[in-house]
Amino acid sequence: MKLTGAEIIWECLQKEGVDVVFGYPGGAILPTYDAMTKYPKIHHVLVRHEQGATHMADGYARASGKVGVAIATSGPGATNMVTGIATAMMDSSPIVCITGQVGSKAIGTDAFQETDVTGVTLPITKHNYLVTRPDDIARAIREAFYIAKSGRPGPVLVDITKDAQQLTCEFDWEAAAPKLPGYRPDLRALPSEYAKALELINTAKRPIIFAGQGVIKANATAQVLELADTTRTPIAVTLLGIGAIPASSPLNLGMMGMHGEAWVNEAIQQADLIIALGMRFDDRVTGNLKTYAPHAKKIHVEIDPSEVNKNVHVDVALIGDLAEVLEELLPGVRAADRSDWWATIAAAKGDSAVRDIQALPDSGHLYAAHVINDIWRLTQKRNTIVVTDVGQHQMWEAQYFHHEKPRSLITSGGLGTMGFALPAAIGAKFACPEKDVWVVVGDGGFQMTSCELATAEQEGIKVNVAIINNAFLGMVRQWQEFFYDKRYAATPMTGPDFAKLAEAYRLTGLRCNKRSDVKATVEKTLATKGTVVIDFVVEKEDTVFPMVPAGAALDKMIRRPKQDVMSESGADKDWEMPSSTLPGVFVEAAVEASLNGHGKAAKLSKPAKKSAKPVKVAAKPLRVAPTKKRSTARR
Amino acid sequence: MAKHTLIAYVEDVPGVLNRIASLFRRRNFNIDSLTVGRAEQPGVSRLTVVVEATEAGARLVEANLYKLVNVLRVDDLTRKPALMRELGLVKVTVTPDTRTQVLQLVDVFRARVVDVDDQALVIEVTGTPEKIGKFELVLRPYGIVEMVRTGVVAMARGHEPLSSNPPLVRAEVAGHKAEDHAHDTGVSMSV
Ligand SMILES: Cc1cc2nc3c(=O)[nH]c(=O)nc-3n(C[C@H](O)[C@H](O)[C@H](O)COP(=O)(O)OP(=O)(O)OC[C@H]3O[C@@H](n4cnc5c(N)ncnc54)[C@H](O)[C@@H]3O)c2cc1C
Ligand SMILES: Cc1ncc(C[n+]2csc(CCOP(=O)(O)OP(=O)(O)O)c2C)c(N)n1
Ligand SMILES: [Mg+2]
Repeated sequence: MKLTGAEIIWECLQKEGVDVVFGYPGGAILPTYDAMTKYPKIHHVLVRHEQGATHMADGYARASGKVGVAIATSGPGATNMVTGIATAMMDSSPIVCITGQVGSKAIGTDAFQETDVTGVTLPITKHNYLVTRPDDIARAIREAFYIAKSGRPGPVLVDITKDAQQLTCEFDWEAAAPKLPGYRPDLRALPSEYAKALELINTAKRPIIFAGQGVIKANATAQVLELADTTRTPIAVTLLGIGAIPASSPLNLGMMGMHGEAWVNEAIQQADLIIALGMRFDDRVTGNLKTYAPHAKKIHVEIDPSEVNKNVHVDVALIGDLAEVLEELLPGVRAADRSDWWATIAAAKGDSAVRDIQALPDSGHLYAAHVINDIWRLTQKRNTIVVTDVGQHQMWEAQYFHHEKPRSLITSGGLGTMGFALPAAIGAKFACPEKDVWVVVGDGGFQMTSCELATAEQEGIKVNVAIINNAFLGMVRQWQEFFYDKRYAATPMTGPDFAKLAEAYRLTGLRCNKRSDVKATVEKTLATKGTVVIDFVVEKEDTVFPMVPAGAALDKMIRRPKQDVMSESGADKDWEMPSSTLPGVFVEAAVEASLNGHGKAAKLSKPAKKSAKPVKVAAKPLRVAPTKKRSTARR
Repeated sequence: MAKHTLIAYVEDVPGVLNRIASLFRRRNFNIDSLTVGRAEQPGVSRLTVVVEATEAGARLVEANLYKLVNVLRVDDLTRKPALMRELGLVKVTVTPDTRTQVLQLVDVFRARVVDVDDQALVIEVTGTPEKIGKFELVLRPYGIVEMVRTGVVAMARGHEPLSSNPPLVRAEVAGHKAEDHAHDTGVSMSV
């Protein structure tokens, strides 16, 4: 069958089972858009910015486990995708991006809207293709889908020249089967490694299981619970592992890491064995590596060998798909009681639980944590996906919205991309139209991609947008509060009247600034047809607790309630500037040499004393007072 | 930290070198030298890369190379009996007085003079990187005008071939078969 390249693209998408694509047209992709009219089975969602298309594809993929597809034109269309692709890469999300490219003859001439997109996206894709002939399109797309979803998933970009879309060739799906001799998504560990792992598991006294996003990707919830239950091993989850283990399971201690619960981090520091399942020891999880889990042997179950021994040295690595590895491991696991260990954890937990924000009396102020916890309470009986943005609200959601099911929390963890939530939620809604989709987003991040409200309106879909409006770039403000002597440089922020903005998009806008109104607001939101935007006007200078200051040991947390903390800013610096790459502007070579290794960058400001001026920033803080008043008055 | 010599077989497709260079830059791996050339199989290039790394670091380099879709096989020759060869061209100034001395050194190092004029010699020298380094050292007093080294290429000793077939795959890859796994030596790279 002879088809144009453009038609082949749609044929392939259809054969890959794609039912929705997120895109934005332009010159170099026009032939493909023109051919789209012949393929009505695939629904095209017109986004308002190509970044939105990639986040939607990402949200669709995370909600469904299938591959999400985004389409854009060459040049600016493609470069607008970069943030979304990098986000998907960091969190191993399977998306395929198709971009138009200038004609093959024009490549390299700086033609109109020409960008070397495969070059630009090389380090942020799992793989990418530049296709210049129609004959190569089918194979590139088939390989792209196969690579995106197999092994450790990730984004794949296929850049297709305009002439390749226009010319015709024979379309042969079978002949276009992936030929990837170098691609090995399913490596396996040797049997001897299993024996070593079992020995460690069966003899540990204080083991702890880490459940990461790999548990969700591998669909291995049941196996992880079986392992934990048989061996009476507590489970801690990463941010992206939330939902992998039901929050209500007594085996689930909660989230670990920077904003994890104190008893979880304490348990990690005391553990004698860590069984890390599908998680990658991100620095937000480990804190200071030097003091990290000092008593623990480590077993790492990972599908990607390059993650093993990257951040944390492990004693045994079991390479492979988590579900398969656990199936193989489980028969050798011995039942145990470990009641002493549980007693230790319970003691730590008991003392932390009283500091819960729910214990705070209703002071007339609206706290973000209350809002989020209330939304959870009010929607518990419903089937809900929450998509969060990045910032304080993201952490409160992780702490106060209790997720029972895999894929019920979607958030940008690795890249921490503000602006992710609304478009990702739209994608998630397309994947799961039967579920409620809630967006929990800051006033800052919402303003980055709020244009996608128009997409929601045009598509007639319902997402419930809870803006946690603190009139600040709250998470950054919190760091300034702790580490920069409360100099709130560029973090107070105004925004539009969010309720009116929703109305301008012909959507419903609500506002809530009292705790007593939260219930009615949520109920009204659920009862309203179409997308609802709620402006939750919350306490401005609220803080996410607990917190491990970057660079500190995991159990040296700043605990709830607010204490007098952190006058020192060294730990913070340590994190931002690894000593190996200290820029010459800060220290002379001799000083740098004396710093040798990690953990001493805190002294950075000292050597400078020798010279005339200390490094420490300007003399007096640039206080930004008026904004506060103005925004209060406005309300 | 030590020098590790890795061999990688890669598909000879556009952009593959770019991918490898980008990987090394992005992961902050310290490359000593990197050479590419054709291998015994058509469509396959063979890469020799020398990196400065700890043992664990070298395993990470290997695992990251494997992650590239176009990389067929990686092998670390560091602990195996192997031949390392590099070629250097050195242009050195000579005077009537020093010419014979330089020629003697050329002899000692089993190098070859490949170009001569009244003021300079161009010398071709092959051998291990250490040998070429030494040669450079002894010529320096005479005045090196220009010098270029190719970077090292390496090959294991003995009759056992190192083929581009991957060493550690299960035969079945969902959907399609991996060609061959004759050299199934286990998960050498996994930990
Ligand atoms: C403001 C902010 C604060 C944060 N604070 C915290 C915090 O307090 N605590 C926290 O945990 N995180 C926190 N994060 C998130 C953090 O940055 C990381 O994104 C997160 O810890 C990564 O979780 P992960 O390792 O489970 O998931 P990923 O990064 O997705 O890693 C998953 C791993 O599993 C492997 N894998 C995938 N599929 C399989 C499979 N089938 N079988 C086996 N293995 C598989 C992958 O190769 C990968 O190595 C924060 C992020 C932000 C933006
Ligand atoms: C695109 C992008 N730019 C900057 C940042 C750095 N950053 C992290 S959190 C944050 C503040 C977010 O503010 P807001 O969206 O209002 O959420 P809040 O923390 O107030 O809940 C910023 C600026 C980021 N993560 N992403
Ligand atoms: Mg905010």
